[in-house]
Amino acid sequence: MSDHSPFYTPPRYSSTFDPDAIAQIQRAAATGIYDIRGGGAKRRVPHFDDLLFLGASISRYPLEGYREKCGTDVVLGTRFAKKPIELKIPVTIAGMSFGALSGNAKEALGRGASAMGTSTTTGDGGMTPEERGHSTKLVYQLLPSRYGMNPDDLRKADAIEVVIGQGAKPGGGGMLLGQKITERVAKMRNLPVGIDQRSACRHPDWTGPDDLAIKITELREITNWEKPIYVKVGATRPYYDTALAVKSGADVVVLDGMQGGTAATQEVFIEHVGLPILAAIRPAVQALQDLDMHRKVQLVVSGGIRNGADVAKCLAMGADAVAIGTAALIALGDNAPSLEAEYKKLGTTAGAYDDWHEGKDPAGITTQDPALAARLDPVKAGHRLANYLAVLTMETQIIARACGKSHVHNLEPDDLVALTVESAAMAGVPLAGTNWIPGKDRY
Amino acid sequence: MNAFDLTKTPLRDVNQKLQSLPADTNEKVWHLNNLHGEHACAVGLTQPIEVHINGHIGYYAAGMNQKATVVIHGQCGVGVAENMMSGEVRVKGTASSAAGATAQGGLLVIEGDAGTRCGISMKGVDIVVKGSVGAMSAFMAQSGALVVCGDAGSSLGDSIYEARLYVQGKVESLGSDCIEKKMTPHHVEKLGRLLKKAGIDADPKKFKRYGSKRSLYNFHVDNVDAY
Repeated sequence: MSDHSPFYTPPRYSSTFDPDAIAQIQRAAATGIYDIRGGGAKRRVPHFDDLLFLGASISRYPLEGYREKCGTDVVLGTRFAKKPIELKIPVTIAGMSFGALSGNAKEALGRGASAMGTSTTTGDGGMTPEERGHSTKLVYQLLPSRYGMNPDDLRKADAIEVVIGQGAKPGGGGMLLGQKITERVAKMRNLPVGIDQRSACRHPDWTGPDDLAIKITELREITNWEKPIYVKVGATRPYYDTALAVKSGADVVVLDGMQGGTAATQEVFIEHVGLPILAAIRPAVQALQDLDMHRKVQLVVSGGIRNGADVAKCLAMGADAVAIGTAALIALGDNAPSLEAEYKKLGTTAGAYDDWHEGKDPAGITTQDPALAARLDPVKAGHRLANYLAVLTMETQIIARACGKSHVHNLEPDDLVALTVESAAMAGVPLAGTNWIPGKDRY
Repeated sequence: MNAFDLTKTPLRDVNQKLQSLPADTNEKVWHLNNLHGEHACAVGLTQPIEVHINGHIGYYAAGMNQKATVVIHGQCGVGVAENMMSGEVRVKGTASSAAGATAQGGLLVIEGDAGTRCGISMKGVDIVVKGSVGAMSAFMAQSGALVVCGDAGSSLGDSIYEARLYVQGKVESLGSDCIEKKMTPHHVEKLGRLLKKAGIDADPKKFKRYGSKRSLYNFHVDNVDAY
């Protein structure tokens, strides 16, 4: 029928069966396997963009933007550890494995973090000499799989992170497909070369908070009570998870929202399990405050941190520091527009590339292909990361000074308002222009 | 004789002393007495010393052991010799769940029974159990050998990789991708050597061998029921 006909109506896409949903059904029917990808949740969720700082006014006066001191240092692990970690900036690098990332990428992360006086973190598969050698402060993860777990490396670490979950897939284990299980990766993990490796989703030798407390004691006994012990959880039940981590003896709680990335997981898992980080911070802080542990057990949050405003908002809501993963990879060169021609060949485009599990990353970051990995210069990439971390820090200071704070940790919920009812309820701050905090006193 | 009375010396001090012994120490043999089920006892040892735990002990005894020989003259809690790298741990009594979990090397001998998940995610250790093991033993076992002179509970070797399992008695059920394999003269010889090393008197010819079918190593839609 002609579009000039009075009976003509334009084609109408379903809101329910939209083109993406149709493509997913068609892909599933054709392949018989769920869609796997890297990265975090891509759907729109309430986030830090839904919050604003109020800045100074008659009742609050600002600090001179470029001259007055605004501290950024943070100490993690002051509760029990003999040797807490002292960081110069409140931004750390989240756990990412050698295996998921190339050796050069891990080295670059270490170089960039070290240049800015902050820490980086191992991942599933253990600690590599390159990573230890280029990271002045290295957090060693104890994961359910225990791939590459080694007491010598445990003692070499500056802190230990017991990983219970991560924001992209709380309740799920890791995944590293055969394309990336090279001989070196396989040897570190004690697995056959080329298999699809699926990590365990829960720890093999403890099952609840009482056991976790004993596990943490064991780790402390093995490391002479020197190392700060972090407990990392995916954002699901942040109030109770934080309280239980404190009860179990954690020095630091790491809370990862659903926007936090993963090397490879099912799309349906990434998009439909867990909470946005915005909804998780205030309950976690409340748990610490209820236990009189706020600032005694430090809180590190992650999942979708992009700029200094995001960092400042996390700190204002009560976090002690943030961790970045996806943003750090972008700083190294992931999804760079200059690689557009190669992304096109992979059926994607710069800014949307997320098939990190396939090991074909043209940026040489999420790959184990020697030729691709060699494309990433760890010195230059490390410098880019250091630049980015410096900007994050300066942006955080700019906002803190505008709010009249001489240290970024002096930012507080009173500095914030929310643009939407949802974000006001999740962040526990007033809806802009009102004194209404939806859901106050209840979680 | 070097000995600690745990009612008089805190466990922290005991562990610190045992962990800080130099490689050339002549204080080779230690006895820990008057125990009350302490957790994380004799963990993180790095030298070829001999430690006798004279009583019942709690979780993670001899955890992450390297080179030391630890003998538990009693029962032990969850995760004995977890993530052991080398050396030998011997339990004279029974062991709770997750014995030898993720251990990468050395020898774990349990003269009694072991609970559930014995050898879970084992990565190279040899485990010899004179008695029986509970359900889900050798779950995701990667390498090494689990020898069970008695019976094995349900779902033995579920999602197993390259570990070798030998059971003399009954197996309640095998887990996903775990199958019985032929016991060749080569395997009989290897098992015989391991039993002898563990000091367990058993005939290797009476054991059956189990291992991975390797059908789950790479995803295939036809195996979807097993995932």
